[in-house]
Amino acid sequence: MISLTGVLGQLFAIALALLLAPLLTGWVNQCRAWLQNRAAPPLLQPYYTLHKLFHKDVVLAHNASALFRFAPFIIFGCMVLACAIIPSLSTDLPFAPAADALALVGVFGLARVFIALAGMDVGTSFGTLGGRREMLIGFLAEPALLMVIFTMAMIAQSTSVATIVETLAHRELVIYPSIAFAGIAFTMVSFAENARVPVDNPATHLELTMIHEAMILEYSGRHLALLEWAASLKLYAYSCLGLALFFPWGIAERDNFLALIAALPVLLVKLVIGGALVALLETINAKMRIFRAPEFLGTAFLLAVLGLLVRLLLESRV
Amino acid sequence: MSQAVPLYAQLINLLAAVILLLGFAMLAQRRVIQLIDLFALQGFALFLSTLVVAVKTGQHHLFYSAGLTLVLKVILLPWILHRLVRKLHIKGEVEGLINIPTTTLIGLGLVIIAFNVATPISQLSSTITRGTLGIALATVMLAFLMMITRKKAITQVVGFLAMENGLFLAATSATYGMPMVVELGIALDVLVGMVILGVFFFQIRDQFDSLDIHHMEQLKE
Amino acid sequence: MSLLPIDSLILAASLWLAIGLGGLFAPRNRRYVSRILFPLGAIVGLAVGFVGLVSLGSPVETATLAIGLPTLPFHLRLDNLAAVFVLLLGFAAAGISTYAAGYFRQGEGMTPGVLNLEYHLFLASMLMVLLADDAYAFMVAWETMALSSFFLVTTDHRHEEIRRAGYLYLLVAHVGAIAILLSFGVMTGGAGDYTFAGMRAQHLSPFWGSVAFLLALFGFGAKAGLLPVHVWLPEAHPAAPSPVSALMSGVMLKTAIYGLLRVSLDLVGTTLWWWGVVALAAGLLTALFGVLYATVQSDMKRLLAYSSIENIGLLVVGIGLTLLFHSYEMEALAALSLTAVLYHCLAHAGFKSLLFLCTGSVLHATSQRSLGKLGGLIGPMPWVAWLALGGVIAGAGLPPLSGFVSEWLLLQAFLFSPGLPHSWLNMIVPAAAAAVALTAALAGFALVKFYGIIFLGQMREPALKDAHDAGPFEKTGLLWLAGLTLALGMLPGTLILRLDAATRQLLGKGLAERVVETGWWLLAPISPERASYAPVLFLLTIVATLLFGRWIVRTLYHGRVRRGPAWDCGYHFQGPRAQDTAEGFSQPIRRIFGPMFRMTRHFPSIRDRQPIYTVKVEDHFWYWLYLPIARVAGAVSSLITRLQGGRIAVYLMYSFVTLILLLLVARP
Repeated sequence: MISLTGVLGQLFAIALALLLAPLLTGWVNQCRAWLQNRAAPPLLQPYYTLHKLFHKDVVLAHNASALFRFAPFIIFGCMVLACAIIPSLSTDLPFAPAADALALVGVFGLARVFIALAGMDVGTSFGTLGGRREMLIGFLAEPALLMVIFTMAMIAQSTSVATIVETLAHRELVIYPSIAFAGIAFTMVSFAENARVPVDNPATHLELTMIHEAMILEYSGRHLALLEWAASLKLYAYSCLGLALFFPWGIAERDNFLALIAALPVLLVKLVIGGALVALLETINAKMRIFRAPEFLGTAFLLAVLGLLVRLLLESRV
Repeated sequence: MSQAVPLYAQLINLLAAVILLLGFAMLAQRRVIQLIDLFALQGFALFLSTLVVAVKTGQHHLFYSAGLTLVLKVILLPWILHRLVRKLHIKGEVEGLINIPTTTLIGLGLVIIAFNVATPISQLSSTITRGTLGIALATVMLAFLMMITRKKAITQVVGFLAMENGLFLAATSATYGMPMVVELGIALDVLVGMVILGVFFFQIRDQFDSLDIHHMEQLKE
Repeated sequence: MSLLPIDSLILAASLWLAIGLGGLFAPRNRRYVSRILFPLGAIVGLAVGFVGLVSLGSPVETATLAIGLPTLPFHLRLDNLAAVFVLLLGFAAAGISTYAAGYFRQGEGMTPGVLNLEYHLFLASMLMVLLADDAYAFMVAWETMALSSFFLVTTDHRHEEIRRAGYLYLLVAHVGAIAILLSFGVMTGGAGDYTFAGMRAQHLSPFWGSVAFLLALFGFGAKAGLLPVHVWLPEAHPAAPSPVSALMSGVMLKTAIYGLLRVSLDLVGTTLWWWGVVALAAGLLTALFGVLYATVQSDMKRLLAYSSIENIGLLVVGIGLTLLFHSYEMEALAALSLTAVLYHCLAHAGFKSLLFLCTGSVLHATSQRSLGKLGGLIGPMPWVAWLALGGVIAGAGLPPLSGFVSEWLLLQAFLFSPGLPHSWLNMIVPAAAAAVALTAALAGFALVKFYGIIFLGQMREPALKDAHDAGPFEKTGLLWLAGLTLALGMLPGTLILRLDAATRQLLGKGLAERVVETGWWLLAPISPERASYAPVLFLLTIVATLLFGRWIVRTLYHGRVRRGPAWDCGYHFQGPRAQDTAEGFSQPIRRIFGPMFRMTRHFPSIRDRQPIYTVKVEDHFWYWLYLPIARVAGAVSSLITRLQGGRIAVYLMYSFVTLILLLLVARP
């Protein structure tokens, strides 16, 4: 079953994720700056930041526990695992059986629990506040994400991400209305999960409405670098998952080396467009009050369930 | 299984789903202006789906009713409503009797009921897009729910109009259209009803200085 | 000499009894009781667990014990379903008893010897419940279990609230027991044969079958904490000493699940589809209710108790799904969801016992149960803190630990529900999965709150600095349970291979072929293309990334660390009180789900010299259901007191009227 191309493709996918993720963040930031009439930071700024942070000493609070020091590595590991499972270039991933789409939600959940706990570890007011809010967003976003996955899984008769993508990419062009619902819900969830504008703002610091930043306030040096990198990886993973589920064309199949080579430019183009869209959506939306977030995510949840129902009504019986 | 479904049916299904989605969006919308815009959008989706049915079946009267939908529901009625909102100085957010998440949850329950109730009826229909019957019914129910849960008279009117959208969808998708006379009659009814309601609004406002239907409870003797 | 598994289990029950009685020789000698008797009990527990494990898949065994009435002996039977729960009981008891050996201290409630007797009686009676093969033996064991646990709950009977909690528990337990007894009565079908074999032989009409099922659901639900008979649970669990809470939550609640499975899938014989719907609805409500209340608690043991209610809800959801599939003869899917139920029973026994025991250690170290007075305990109590983290991850249903496996299996079963041949169910049941997902996510919230507030952050009270870590016995017990949690998370394939025997016995189908096909490391209940999960690979990746990342960062850059005061955006003057309290952490939940709670809040005014904000969250059910019942009961009994005139003439008249009425009615 496990082929050499598969293993190579797998390793390549992971390496690519590690390399591309900060670039994607940089690209989104650049687009955002352009759209907001600001001077844009260089595209490679996230790499510079990571490099700088890795060089710096870690300054730990006196009462920071070992959990605080381990958490960035665990979160980073979770995101690498997520990137390894999600097909970005090829569906031939020997790693994919380790976790299907439901387990993927679990991976994100695990990372979330650790980042929230790490936020609470030092015992500052901002940290606990961030942890609480992160868990709030989490418990609202997770069911919505699961329902999106349920809809897709029912179409493909499988919860394995690779199988879903293969099914969707290699069928005739059929319009599934349920996918439209799932797509919108997924977009909303991924904005919330990646601390993007309507829910959180990645560019702010020291604002009373911050979530992600509040949790990582006490981090510095290599720990902060890993967390930033993990955040980029998360954005990359969600982007790839969205692209794979809703625009699956161009992803290579098993044992197809040529397609694998062709898949890279396709992926890049998709990411460039997707990143620009993220920046656009962030710019045209206003950051909402934290207590609007449940409504926002509730809507996402509703859409996902609606997609499921539409799937059951319209598509299973015709 | 799905591969056998022709493109036009897929398009109609998609548009029906969009109409349902807009129905939910209207249910969850807080602002009056956006509510009217959503209604216009729903009308547009309805217009498109009627057009698809018309092109497919080649029936003339369907083209007419598509045109009627476009003129009436996408342009005329939203325009009247916008004017009303401006004239009456209706501002701010739509007040609801029940909060919005609860309303949408009830809406979800209604969709399940509608889908299941419609299933036996749609078995009778011979058209391939009979699945949309459930969606049409759900749209009607959601509009009904909106009328029940909102306080402002204008949102109730929008709910009433959205209900009509649902009925129209049912007619076109399940039976490829009603007879022209019926359609014209309904269209005219809606228009006249709208005008009368518009007049009423002014009366209500003069009487109570508000458009909150809550005040009308005082009218009982 | 070869000892049959069932005989060895009877032996184990008697050993537990003997150990219990052994404490009476020196009831006040704490060292003797805790250092000798409890470890002995743990060894017996371990043996029981292994017997359960071995007898999974072996043929059914029966035995008859000549106890009780001459014509009515105890019938005992060890089949695969019972074996699963025997396994659960044994392994959980091994960990909890080891812990208990180090836990009970001098001067806490009753004398050690008596406590020891009740504890081991409790264990033995639970074992007998699982082995019982007739209604008589079952009820005797069931009542013994209820009574012994009642005495254990009221160990510290000097407190008024603990006595109240115990009384409530006893009351609900007996209402439930009556329902169970009635259910057995219905299932005999009037034949008067109270053995389970006799009940299986009866063919009940759908009506009487439904009556039996509903009575069983109510009766066992009262023991398990199903809505609306859950009220005793959040009172009794915090009142009991921690090992007892662990035993009750981890094991005793599962005996109720066992009873429900036994009745609905084995004894009744028929299955109607709407039973599944009833169970599904009751389970979903219970799960959502439990988890919402868990998130807003500020007492650590109450939080866990509500979380147990949630888990029971999920188990009943799984049972409902099993019954649904079973009623439509979709046995393979029924087997899938039943596997999820059994797996979750085991997983919950592991992680919930672990968490309860951790609260015990915290309680001993700090004498605080209120979350608002804890914090930062990962410093002085690293063992307890790190082991509790395992319990939290498993309890939140996150990979790669045990809770995730069962949740995953349950969701997989839900994914097949659109195939149900019923036009309403195939739409509603998949949507119900959304509620399950919400429950799981909220459980994460509740447990992050639990862990973060107890173990992380700054210490909220200065006295916490003197907290000490758990002793060697306690550590061993915790380690054992944490190890079980890890093993259940890592080796789902191996265990499902064993559970297959139980599902095969009840439903005729199992998941064994698939597991054998795909290998122990990969869990793929249907096919690897359809769904798969490989926890070992999963954990390895994360650990490998962790180590590799650490190594590479240290090689390329450096590993320097400096310590300094917390930055906190420059607000240095913030002390430990600036952290979120338990109430603060759950404020979003109270706000979003406001109508679900009965809240009384007190806001400070600007003139208060010592402003205090308090919020009290109560259960609606008290006011909607229990207090009205209590009021009606009070009114009825005050009516009855009127009959008691106190005059002899009136009493004579009662007898006389009764006599006349009887003469009139009872004419031949």
